[in-house]
Amino acid sequence: MTTAQDTTTTKSPVAAPTRGSRFTGAVANYLDERTSISGITKELGRKIFPDHWSFMLGEVALYSFIAILLSGTFLTFFFEPTMTQVHYEGSYVGLKGIEMSAAYASTLDISFDIRGGLLMRQVHHWAALLFVAAIGLHMLRVFFNGSFKKPRELNWVIGFVLFILAMGEGFTGYSLPDDLLSGNGLRIIDGMVKGIPLAGTWISYLLFGGEFPGTAIVPRLYSLHILLLPAILVAALGLHLLLMVINKHTQYAGPGRTNDNVVGVPIMPNFAAKAGGFFFVVFGVIVLISSFFTINPIWNYGPYDPSPISAGTQPDWYIGFADGGLRLVPPGLEFVLWGHTWSFNIILPLIVLGLFIVLVAIYPFLEAWITGDKREHHITERPRNAPTRTAIGAAGVTFYAVLWAAAASDILATHFHLTIEAVTHSLQALLILGPIIAYLIAKRVCLALQKKDREIALHGYESGRMIRLPGGEYHEVHQPLDDYERWRLVDYVDYKPLMIRPDARGRISPVQRVRAVLSRWFFEDRISPATRAELESGEGHH
Amino acid sequence: MRTHTSTDARGRQTGRRHPLASIALITIGLLSTGGAYALMTTTASAETSVATQQSVNEGQKIFAANCATCHGMTASGTKDGPSLYGVGAASVDFQMGTGRMPLAYQGPQGAQKPLQFTQEQIDDVAAYIASLAPGPAVPDEKYLAGDADVALGGQLFRTNCAMCHNVAGAGGALTEGKFAPSLKGVEARHIYEAMVTGPQNMPVFSDSNLSPQDKADIISFLKFQNQHASPGGVDLGGLGPVSEGLFIWIFGLGAIVGVTIWITARPN
Repeated sequence: MTTAQDTTTTKSPVAAPTRGSRFTGAVANYLDERTSISGITKELGRKIFPDHWSFMLGEVALYSFIAILLSGTFLTFFFEPTMTQVHYEGSYVGLKGIEMSAAYASTLDISFDIRGGLLMRQVHHWAALLFVAAIGLHMLRVFFNGSFKKPRELNWVIGFVLFILAMGEGFTGYSLPDDLLSGNGLRIIDGMVKGIPLAGTWISYLLFGGEFPGTAIVPRLYSLHILLLPAILVAALGLHLLLMVINKHTQYAGPGRTNDNVVGVPIMPNFAAKAGGFFFVVFGVIVLISSFFTINPIWNYGPYDPSPISAGTQPDWYIGFADGGLRLVPPGLEFVLWGHTWSFNIILPLIVLGLFIVLVAIYPFLEAWITGDKREHHITERPRNAPTRTAIGAAGVTFYAVLWAAAASDILATHFHLTIEAVTHSLQALLILGPIIAYLIAKRVCLALQKKDREIALHGYESGRMIRLPGGEYHEVHQPLDDYERWRLVDYVDYKPLMIRPDARGRISPVQRVRAVLSRWFFEDRISPATRAELESGEGHH
Repeated sequence: MRTHTSTDARGRQTGRRHPLASIALITIGLLSTGGAYALMTTTASAETSVATQQSVNEGQKIFAANCATCHGMTASGTKDGPSLYGVGAASVDFQMGTGRMPLAYQGPQGAQKPLQFTQEQIDDVAAYIASLAPGPAVPDEKYLAGDADVALGGQLFRTNCAMCHNVAGAGGALTEGKFAPSLKGVEARHIYEAMVTGPQNMPVFSDSNLSPQDKADIISFLKFQNQHASPGGVDLGGLGPVSEGLFIWIFGLGAIVGVTIWITARPN
């Protein structure tokens, strides 16, 4: 383990430089004199990465994105983004002579007639699923560690934008092959858009260039998929990484780790080598999966045509929560008012999901306002030390998971021999009750874990060794902690509910009252870390 | 006969022909040909009717012992089971041939289970039911070979079948516990019979809706799908994005998280 200070020490050259290093030096000098790049190298090369597995999830997302870019570029060479009708004459017997769009035919050609095409398609799609999954897990890590707190709120928002862009990329890509499954997906989107009051139909006609499905949607989605969205994504990704360098990485509490330093491995040379190797591992896992497991077998689905629809039509996993929202909304919410149809069975999920997404995006600001904490934080919080936040997170995860499961309600029904109504009604109940139960359980578990930590910090581990004192009293010996372990247990920020204070004019505004109530909700139940005095007296006790 | 001819011969020998000989000859000729014809045709029909009658009788016995509880002694139906008049041999062959009948229990839908009868017994019951009223017969072998138009069959399948059975034939959920079963490994004959008879919750696809040739195309498409492994590798049950999503979370991300833990593990 190297501290930030250690990395600045440089070894003085002992021997005369060899020819190779003279050349390197000359090149470096040439470049630096023209670009001043050494400043960046100095800054980046000394970027410190603390060691913890969960800090690498963002990297997984980054590396799968690179895999997506590479395989996607290959696919653009052969994909024809038009909806011109052609008769398929490729080598797949199951669709020979069938009329279909050029987009679908060229995707079939990529799969069957272009060398390595199917592998590339599968790499592209599996990597996309992994990309969004890694982003999701990375966001959960950041959330539960409180790593979104000042000064990282903006980076949370950028990361959130990346997540939304990734979903947009995924959905546009899913729709491009113009097979039956993707067409069904687009039809659902078309229905959702048309369900928007007043403007819905206009937006739908604008989007599809006329009545669904039209002949314009595939080329339009293609432009979005390979040009606009990736451009924004790459820009936002650059900003995300830049801010990560500027803000430094958070780290877990430990001896020698403070709010003012970062303890870890500098990027050069070891970490870069490790990370480079890790890139190949991620890429390798993706290629292995793509070699052995089918994804999106479009040849099974057939060309899109608005009349057929398949049982078990689901979107890719990351859009599942929206599909689940549509499946769980109770019937009978549609009515006509002022000459317009109000489809609340579409508007309601849109509102609920919209609110959920907005809450995720602005959570750092909400928590900062409630806690009134304007300090910078660079120590990663253990989830148990922020019981209310962890509980909110657990509730959110449960909410999302129920919606997600609902997208597979038909498959749950057939595979577990249940009725689809029972599955739907149970999930409807769970959507409301699940988050509440998860909140209560998570909060109690966090408090219990904090209590346990406090107990251990004060009294050490139970050693299981019983001794009898001369007076006949039995007593269990507690094994004290070493300083390293104790640090981990006691070094966390202890918040207290905000007091209501009158402002300069001596009044208490309603906003202040709300804030106080929320603050009490956040911090009323809490376990303070063991203080120095307590620790000292505790050590003396045993 | 012989006596007549001998008298003829005797008459010729005496140089005289009996005045009735011509009439007798014609009569004999007519009688022998007509009789032989009648005899031959009646023996043929008698033989088949004996076999069918035997089969029907046998089928009736099996029916009375195993099916009559729900369908009634005369197959006219009870409150527990529908009338079987006009369902035809095809229906019996499907329901008993896939093990769905006799039902294990009353429920939203009879599930496939191990066969309870031999094919011979099933044929007997089929003969019995077919003897009650006309209905669809067991399909001709020529539609079942699976050598018809696969691509057209796929199109027909997507338009007519995929909304319940899923495009890949993986099956799907219906309301109230009913379901469209998976079509993987189902025999061609049973697929054809299901289309003609509309078993359980399935609609009937009559010959005016899907011609026998259309049905043969669909069967060829399903055979093609069954026989050809997915070109992309393991197909994860053909369930589409749900199994793909589960797979990437559990095995993809799981493997990679394992690697991150390994990379960041300290040497000690």
